[in-house]
Amino acid sequence: MDTLLACAVLAGQLCFGPQLAANDVNRGKELWEARCTGCHSLEANRIGPLHRGVFGRKAGTVPGFSYSTALKNFGQTWTEASLDKWLAAPGQFVPGSRMGFAVGDANDRSDIIAYLKSVSGR
Amino acid sequence: MASSTSKGELIMDTTVNSGRRKLLRVGGTSLLSATAVALLAGCERMASQAQAQTNPAGDVQILNVALGLEHEAISAYSIAAGSGLVSKAVLPVAVTFQGHHKEHRDALIATIRKLGGTPVAAKPDAEVAKALNAASLKNQTDVLRLAQRLERGAANAYLGVIPSFSDKGLAQVSAKLASDETGHWIVLSQALGDALSPKAFYVG
Ligand code: HEC
Repeated sequence: MDTLLACAVLAGQLCFGPQLAANDVNRGKELWEARCTGCHSLEANRIGPLHRGVFGRKAGTVPGFSYSTALKNFGQTWTEASLDKWLAAPGQFVPGSRMGFAVGDANDRSDIIAYLKSVSGR
Repeated sequence: MASSTSKGELIMDTTVNSGRRKLLRVGGTSLLSATAVALLAGCERMASQAQAQTNPAGDVQILNVALGLEHEAISAYSIAAGSGLVSKAVLPVAVTFQGHHKEHRDALIATIRKLGGTPVAAKPDAEVAKALNAASLKNQTDVLRLAQRLERGAANAYLGVIPSFSDKGLAQVSAKLASDETGHWIVLSQALGDALSPKAFYVG
């Protein structure tokens, strides 16, 4: 029984470990659709700015979207590292910004970022 | 203390009661007043600390983003109702959901004002229709799918902003709003014949 359990645990690690580590664009797309599309679309500014091209873009620069002063003046370009910090705690990463929506799980964040990268032609 | 005999309980009871009696006896004396004053002072300190830890300006920003969501939802249901694509049977449901969103909007506006903020204005329906690509809607299923997407997005949005509120009361309001939107989402999913998620934690 114990051995069986141990095997199951081990198999679990062998099966799921690498999958969890690699960024999964499809999973990222699903997560993005569930969590981000309340406010964002790929092609249109809504409650938040449009997301197509966000990876590699300078923060706060989508024409026609009225950003917080904090994000407008942020000056950084969106990369894996900066998007990860932003999604983990936007208000802490850019104080005075107003997204307020956080993604607590690091694995979810990296899959979402992989998806954002894929829709930005990167 | 650890004794579970009725005698043990009786002893504990007596101790507690005599303790209470003692408290009552000193009621009104200067001793209790001093304690009460100290307690109150402690409470006040705690209250002012709690006050200092909340960040009304930050909370207002999150509430205003939420208000934007509600404005958009109200417009989306108007666009749906006016599209001519929604049947007589479905229309009352859309109107009810829109009514909920109007109540949410009014509650958010009142809270934002109470915290000293300025509520964001609604965008014109035509602008929302463009952003939501309403021109691509061809039948009732398309309309229901759009509403379903928006309601699910709103439920998840309200859940995702909960940790950002400095005021726990507002975090709870956000959870209540998320629950209402989840209700809408599930009803729309049922209408569309979608299967219920086989897995738990299907919101958020
Ligand atoms: C509750 C609404 C809401 C949700 C949900 C939301 N966002 Fe945002 N997002 C905003 C707002 C509002 C801004 C603009 C913030 C500002 O101006 O300070 C923004 C800005 C951004 C930016 C900066 C874009 C730029 O042009 O600089 C990124 C990146 C972003 N969001 C990613 C995401 C991702 C990824 C998700 C889903 C995991 C998400 N957002 C969910 C409202 C939201």
